[in-house]
Amino acid sequence: MTLMKRLLGATAVLALGTVAAVADPAIIYDLGGKNDKSFNEAAFNGAERWAKETGGTYKELEMQNEAQREQALRQLAEAGANPIVMTGFAFGDTLNAVAPDYPDTKFAIIDMVVDQPNVKSVVFTEDQGSYLVGLMAGMASKTGTVGFVGGMDIPLIRRFGCGYAQGVLAANPNAKVVLNMTGTDPSAWNNPVKGAEIAKSQQAQGADVIYAAAGGTGVGVLQAAADMGILSIGVDSNQNYLHPGQVLTSMMKRVDNAVYEAFKEGTDLKAGINVMDLAAGGVDYALDENNAPLVTPEMKAAVEEAKAKIISGEIKVHDYMSDNTCPAATF
Amino acid sequence: MELASFLQILDSTVRLATPLLFACIAGLYSERSGVFDIGLEGKMLVAAFAAASASYATGNVWIGTAAGIGAALLFAAIHGLASITFRGNQLISGVAINFLASGLTVVLGSTWFKLGGQTPALTDGARFADITLPFARPATESLSGVGFVSGFYSHVISGHSILVYVALLLVPATWWLLYRTRFGLRLRAVGENPAAVDTAGVSVVALRYSAVAITGLLCGLAGAYMSMGLSAGFLREMTAGRGYIALAALIFAKWRPWYALAACMLFGLLDAVAIRFQNIDIGLLVIPVQFTQALPYILTVIILAGFVGKAIPPRAGGEPYVKER
Repeated sequence: MTLMKRLLGATAVLALGTVAAVADPAIIYDLGGKNDKSFNEAAFNGAERWAKETGGTYKELEMQNEAQREQALRQLAEAGANPIVMTGFAFGDTLNAVAPDYPDTKFAIIDMVVDQPNVKSVVFTEDQGSYLVGLMAGMASKTGTVGFVGGMDIPLIRRFGCGYAQGVLAANPNAKVVLNMTGTDPSAWNNPVKGAEIAKSQQAQGADVIYAAAGGTGVGVLQAAADMGILSIGVDSNQNYLHPGQVLTSMMKRVDNAVYEAFKEGTDLKAGINVMDLAAGGVDYALDENNAPLVTPEMKAAVEEAKAKIISGEIKVHDYMSDNTCPAATF
Repeated sequence: MELASFLQILDSTVRLATPLLFACIAGLYSERSGVFDIGLEGKMLVAAFAAASASYATGNVWIGTAAGIGAALLFAAIHGLASITFRGNQLISGVAINFLASGLTVVLGSTWFKLGGQTPALTDGARFADITLPFARPATESLSGVGFVSGFYSHVISGHSILVYVALLLVPATWWLLYRTRFGLRLRAVGENPAAVDTAGVSVVALRYSAVAITGLLCGLAGAYMSMGLSAGFLREMTAGRGYIALAALIFAKWRPWYALAACMLFGLLDAVAIRFQNIDIGLLVIPVQFTQALPYILTVIILAGFVGKAIPPRAGGEPYVKER
């Protein structure tokens, strides 16, 4: 019996040793949930791609409520995960406080800038991508009214809305953009029932193309738009497949690439700010067989032209977060 | 406010009030029979999950509805067993049901569908379709430029799924059952004075079980409407406190069916207004969106504080019936 105990103990020590030696990367998904078909799912896809290519394993955690943020971060850091990637601006303050306590652990945060020596901040120029899909919405709309459904009302989401409104007005200067936010707390990322109601209210106001930048809430918006026979625009992931022939396009934000890169860099993760813009392929519009019949040749030509001009600097898309105002829309 | 917005808000009100109305009437039966039920939320949630799962598996909305009702009945039976047969504390049993539903739906959902507790999106045959009543214009038509009467008929009255009409018919049906039938009289009596009912030779236990079963049935419909009418699939915690709002509406309505309709419509209206208007500009000042979103809860607190007059619950409510001491 004692021998048995000693053996078991030795195995346990060995097992612990292996865990500490191999630093698995980790990812924490924000409140929308891993399967939101949008922002967090893009992150999940990036992690999966890394796992498939390298054969490595990674840890993952889904947030259930606000109070878990710090606990989740510390728990993963204590467990030796490195690097730790987290999706969502809401981790900003927590990470800023936690990162100095684990100087040997590398962190990457998406959608927020955290100024710490061991943190890589990945931000996207959603205004540019939203401008492109706005341009398409403006051209596709027959009523001259288009809608925008944001998730939680934060400057980042207003940046989506502002870029979108500018694109719409570039295609049709007389167009009307109806802007709505789902809510003011994080539950707004996962409320498809409310998203559907907002889409119905926008349709009643004449909107015939609705852009959802609302995480899991967007699923309800896209569903309601498909039910009503109007067009919708997906966000973050390519959501064209959700309702083939009824989703005009998706504003793709390559969160998957950001996660993939961070995992690939591993413990050598370079700290600092990483701006993923249109030129770097960080944002783009989606074109595949599901939405090909909806995108006319003129539309494609216009959006490609705008894309080239934004990259060359000829078109300047106003970034809401630069001065908290929007020339094209009022929030 | 122009007519189109007004009609749109009413349209939205009807949809949002429907799950509340089902749950509120469900609670009415249970509480009128003397069994308090704060497990409405949990029963709705488990029904929404069972309905969406069965509907996804079979592609048939009616099988989904039956599964939802079955799951809610099962939970109602647990509540009945705990609070009628074993004379346990009804509030504790209700809380336990809420927790059980909240955990069970996520665990089963994650195991079956591997989507983090949600069900896959339901396709057309697996959801409730909107019904267009005779002479009504299609509900998807834009509201701009319609007259009040035709707009009201086409958009507010017509163009909802069948369960919305079932919920509305439930109100007069409940009134008739409670106040015009022998069963209704006995049901009300057993909630006020079970000893008298027992003396008259009527089984208190059977009456209370049938009331709790009706509660389960209606919670099942509420859940089915949530996951297959209002949205296309189940999401964790998708009932989002509607069971509690329904309880508040029930107290507001003082356990009477017509008032329950009015109370649920009021809560639906507040919800619809908060969705439609982000910031309400009333000339002098702008009402921030946080306020309109909080309004249903503020109202609930005011109501529960007894602002609307004294709400007297059924006298034997919350007390298990003991035949002999």
